[in-house]
Amino acid sequence: MKPPLLSVRNLRKEFSTGSRSTLKKRGRILAVDDISFDIGAGETLGLVGESGCGKTTTGRLILRLIEPTSGSVTFDGTDILALPPPEMRALRRQMQIVFQDPFGALNPRMTVGELIVEPLVVHGVGDAVSHERKLRDLLNRVGLSVWQAGRFPHEMSGGQRQRVCIARALALNPAFLVLDEAVSALDVSVQAQTLNLLADLRRDLGLTYLFISHDLGVVHHISDRVAVMYLGQIVEIAARRTIFGAAAHPYTQALLNSVPSVKKGRKSFFTIAGDVPSPANPPPGCRFHTRCPIAVAQCRTDPPQLRPLADGHLVSCHLATTP
Amino acid sequence: MPSATPTGPKPPSLLEVEDLSVSFGSLNILNGVSFRLNPGETLGIVGESGSGKSMTALALMRLLPRGGQLNAKRLELQGEDMLSATETRLESLRGAEIGMIFQEPMTALNPVLTVGAQIAETARRHQNVSRAEARNRAIEALRRVGIPSPEQRFYDYPHHMSGGMRQRVMIAMALICRPKLLIGDEPTTALDVTIQAQILDLMLDLQDEYHMGIILISHDLGVVSAFTDRVMIMYLGQVLEEASATDIFTNPRHPYTEALLASIPELEGEPQRLNAIRGSVPPIHSQPAGCRFAPRCDHARPVCETARPVLTPVGPGHRAACIRNTGYRFQEPAR
Repeated sequence: MKPPLLSVRNLRKEFSTGSRSTLKKRGRILAVDDISFDIGAGETLGLVGESGCGKTTTGRLILRLIEPTSGSVTFDGTDILALPPPEMRALRRQMQIVFQDPFGALNPRMTVGELIVEPLVVHGVGDAVSHERKLRDLLNRVGLSVWQAGRFPHEMSGGQRQRVCIARALALNPAFLVLDEAVSALDVSVQAQTLNLLADLRRDLGLTYLFISHDLGVVHHISDRVAVMYLGQIVEIAARRTIFGAAAHPYTQALLNSVPSVKKGRKSFFTIAGDVPSPANPPPGCRFHTRCPIAVAQCRTDPPQLRPLADGHLVSCHLATTP
Repeated sequence: MPSATPTGPKPPSLLEVEDLSVSFGSLNILNGVSFRLNPGETLGIVGESGSGKSMTALALMRLLPRGGQLNAKRLELQGEDMLSATETRLESLRGAEIGMIFQEPMTALNPVLTVGAQIAETARRHQNVSRAEARNRAIEALRRVGIPSPEQRFYDYPHHMSGGMRQRVMIAMALICRPKLLIGDEPTTALDVTIQAQILDLMLDLQDEYHMGIILISHDLGVVSAFTDRVMIMYLGQVLEEASATDIFTNPRHPYTEALLASIPELEGEPQRLNAIRGSVPPIHSQPAGCRFAPRCDHARPVCETARPVLTPVGPGHRAACIRNTGYRFQEPAR
């Protein structure tokens, strides 16, 4: 692996539930529970999991859009959690995010051109002339026409709006992008265009991606390595080919078997029982044991640690063996 | 009862739809949709946003939004003409003979009533049973859709439940009167993938048990290929291709179907660059004059910009609306 651009160590985030003003009992939710991973420069790490597993929280913690409870995030050698606000602000030029909903992410009163150069204005980079040049360059790069700069978001389709969001994220020449379900709201034909665009940008600009998604097909398509999350923890992390060809964790296997696919054909899905337990009250022992088809007594009491199974393949399961 | 009619014997179909169109003012939302569904059969309707797939479902139930104008040569449920049915008759058909499941169970359920009360209401409304009997049937229905301890969950409110549980409640409600036809409009789209598999599994079991016809509306080609017998591909309010699920996914004959299949990222093998369809679905008020897909089609020729192709047979039980299949010679629709 290339030297890591981003290192996450023992990252935790605890949210409290219930409000201060009522007598309601306050609870705590460990949304992200002690996760660690690296992303190499130019690499794409896919982060998959079902709703409530903490994948979105992880993305936001890395950018310090929310403050972690504990742990460390090192970006390009700098411990970003120790940075005072002005320096963090400067570093944000390097780290940008694209959200799922291109409707909610764009100010409806601003034109596409204003939206795309806004990051340059906010960060005080360049002048009007250079903004104009940059705008043309960005529109061209994300496959929009120059005349569309005068349009408003509501005049564009969902796919075009997502291109605007991507152009905006690229305005400050970042090295690292968090893509949080960035293609999930798009129709399949437009999703394919956007995935191709993201692949082109990565190749041309040497970008590093954290690609957060619930869609395993999309993650397989774009990722070099994949981390699987369940109830706030990473249960397996490995190269794409290993996750999709030789997954060792029963949850990863269940996820893959649950996806109906055109290739697999009729009645192809196999399923695991039960719902994801509430993160406010996670099961003791292995968090997956309540739904695991192979759980034994040890799994109910003894939480497994993430351990290496093979080179670059980590799994958090007592029973996992190399296939 | 087998009867030899002049047109030859035909198995009784559950649903017959011929030339169904829907317009809002001068906008044609749906154009000439025809299909039939047999008991126990599953039809998948696939399309991107704006293709008219949800509008087809609403039209079948005669539940169009205000201002919608429905036209059809035929719309028959078990031989009964739905076009001339009174509103009272339609109300008793919906819920009793036709069940419907929507995408978002949180908005389809009443947040201030317990889930049990909502299911029992359906039974009371359609089956003329006592309050106690309706409650028993609701608990039985909850048990049948796999909700643990249904006697207690009967008194839960929708917000007490997870998304998967709520969708099970929707299914219990849709099936309590044992409808002959179940329409699912993206019933698993809002669910996580392991829960989606559970719900699809449950629907297949219940279909075997009740021998229902199912219409499954989805944008997810994987779900449709795993779940359905026949598939209709829709685009801008028109059916572009119709065939058995096997034919659609192994031998597509419309360029749009081919392109959709090429757009899906696969779960195995080395990722290839996706063959994305260029452009996006045009807004409904600026539809192309000829073939609707022509502006985005890699196989389009000048004739496609003016001639609008109709569904023509391309194999047994397989129809496609593309003049590539007829050597780019435009055929006048048979009258």
